[in-house]
Amino acid sequence: MIRIEGLRKVYRVGEEKIHALRGVNLHIGDNEMVAVMGASGSGKSTLMNIIGCLDRPSDGTYFLDGQAVAKMSPNELALVRNEKIGFVFQSFELLARQTALENVELPLIYSREAGLTAAERTRRALEALERVHLTDRVTHRPNQLSGGQRQRVAIARAILNKPSILMADEPTGNLDSVTSHEIMEIFKGLHRDGQTVLVVTHENDIAAYCQRVVRLRDGHVLSDLSIAEDMAGRKAG
Amino acid sequence: MILTPYFYLQAIKLALSQIWANRRRSVLTSLGIIVGVASTTAVIAALTGLKANVLKEFESFGANRIFVFPDRPDNAPRNKYPREKIRIKPWEVKELQESCPSLRAITPVTEIGLTVASEERELDGISIVGIWPDWHEAENRRVIDGRVFNQIDERDQRQVCLLNQAAIDALRLPEEGVGSHILLGGRRFLVVGIVETVQARMFGMDGSTGEVFVPFSTALKLQPPEFFLRVVALARSAEVSEEARAEIQRTMRRIRGIQPGDPDTFQVEVIDRYIEQFKTMATGITAVAGGIVGISLLVGGIGIMNIMLVSVSERTREIGLRKAVGATPSAIMMQFLLEAVVLCLFGGLIGVLGGKVAAIGLTFIPGAPLKHADVPLWAVGVSFAFSAIVGVAFGFFPALKASRLDPIEALRHE
Repeated sequence: MIRIEGLRKVYRVGEEKIHALRGVNLHIGDNEMVAVMGASGSGKSTLMNIIGCLDRPSDGTYFLDGQAVAKMSPNELALVRNEKIGFVFQSFELLARQTALENVELPLIYSREAGLTAAERTRRALEALERVHLTDRVTHRPNQLSGGQRQRVAIARAILNKPSILMADEPTGNLDSVTSHEIMEIFKGLHRDGQTVLVVTHENDIAAYCQRVVRLRDGHVLSDLSIAEDMAGRKAG
Repeated sequence: MILTPYFYLQAIKLALSQIWANRRRSVLTSLGIIVGVASTTAVIAALTGLKANVLKEFESFGANRIFVFPDRPDNAPRNKYPREKIRIKPWEVKELQESCPSLRAITPVTEIGLTVASEERELDGISIVGIWPDWHEAENRRVIDGRVFNQIDERDQRQVCLLNQAAIDALRLPEEGVGSHILLGGRRFLVVGIVETVQARMFGMDGSTGEVFVPFSTALKLQPPEFFLRVVALARSAEVSEEARAEIQRTMRRIRGIQPGDPDTFQVEVIDRYIEQFKTMATGITAVAGGIVGISLLVGGIGIMNIMLVSVSERTREIGLRKAVGATPSAIMMQFLLEAVVLCLFGGLIGVLGGKVAAIGLTFIPGAPLKHADVPLWAVGVSFAFSAIVGVAFGFFPALKASRLDPIEALRHE
């Protein structure tokens, strides 16, 4: 699914070179649910942006579903994002003037699939909303929804095109703890149905929903353990 | 990159919803375009109306009518071309009549300054015109009562005359008119007919001016020896009017013995030419109006560009999100271009409607020759086309800026 080898990313800020990633190796298999953890400055965001095809590495290889995406053009990357990657953001990023349903349909605007009928689009969006248990508020606008409901709309949007990988960047960062756990249950349910999920978080109890924890520090993979090992290590440490 | 019809549909829908959401801002932004398009369509409407009016007058005047005037060549010394040399003589008109086969009718016209009197009144300022019977055909004005002048009137210099209705009214002649007598410079003339009132309101003439017509030979008797005359002729058809003009010019040069290379001592004008001149003038005015609209559209375009830049920076996060879900740079570019174009077309639409209202307003101006003022369809088309071009031209830079936003940066934007 994801094969990353020797991944490096160097930013130039004026004269200074910042090494955000210093040779990261990471393999994520089909239908894994992985938490990525790390302090700010650990290179976590950079790694996520590269995995999400929003950014390109300075060096190293990245295969997504067997495709070498490291050298793709911006247009090709956009297509990969549209078809293979679903993003969930901390602050939901819903379009305020559109209904939940319209928000979920958004990726279809940029889809290669021409000739989708309106009914087909709606059917797909409703199906995605069903998978996040939000079928009763599809015509509401974001400001008429609670935080948890908004995030569920965002998840529905992310899974609309049945992505290879669902990436959630601090998906519970703006939610209270009860709602946070509801949202994580949804991710868990999607994972159970076969979805590969990558969650960026700094909270251990959110990471606990995953099977595997990858910890980064200073642009390196610090540890890459199963959740049990990770928890054991934490207790020991 | 292929953008699907669904993308275009959504992009236009989004553009319209943006305009609606920022109603006031949209109207203010497109004000430049609105004013530009409205003023141009109004000017074009006025010109169209004026043109329709003038052409109609010219038409009723006769496009195949030809005038010959005495004319001293420009910048020529007065002593080289004395008055007597350039003045058109009656025999020259007869010669033209014989030598110009393309003419259907020809008549000399000479105006006499005499007082006109009836038993009731004495009047100054009524025009007394000496004519041949051909005049009726040349000027397209029939005798509606009584008779035209005949050969005997002309040969015997008979003291007969024709009047128009205004002259009858001004002289307080009996209803009939025909059969009464009037005095021209103290001589007694018999009214033999009534000439129909002039239809065309051209060159300051209208039906309210009193007119008296006498046989041309009779007019000679009343005129001083060196009187001026002009010639009115009618070509067989509008198609041969240019040919007729050439015939007249050739004949006049021949009978006046003008050497090749020397200038004409007369002037031949075809009404057609006036129409051409008017059309040229109208085109000129249209071009000037076009220039003005160009400037106002430029100003309007800068307003559009400004607001599109604001829109791009306001919606940076949205752009980031759209890119994250798979919008290519070209899709983002297209979306913002469409938005600018839709905004401009919206301005164009209001402008055209404004112009239409102005055009309707123009038709109500009393006395103005704008009864037929209307916005022609081509002006509507051109307005929209220009609005769209402005949208593309001035929306390009903001759209490019949006398309080049880095999605990561854009999503972090506050």
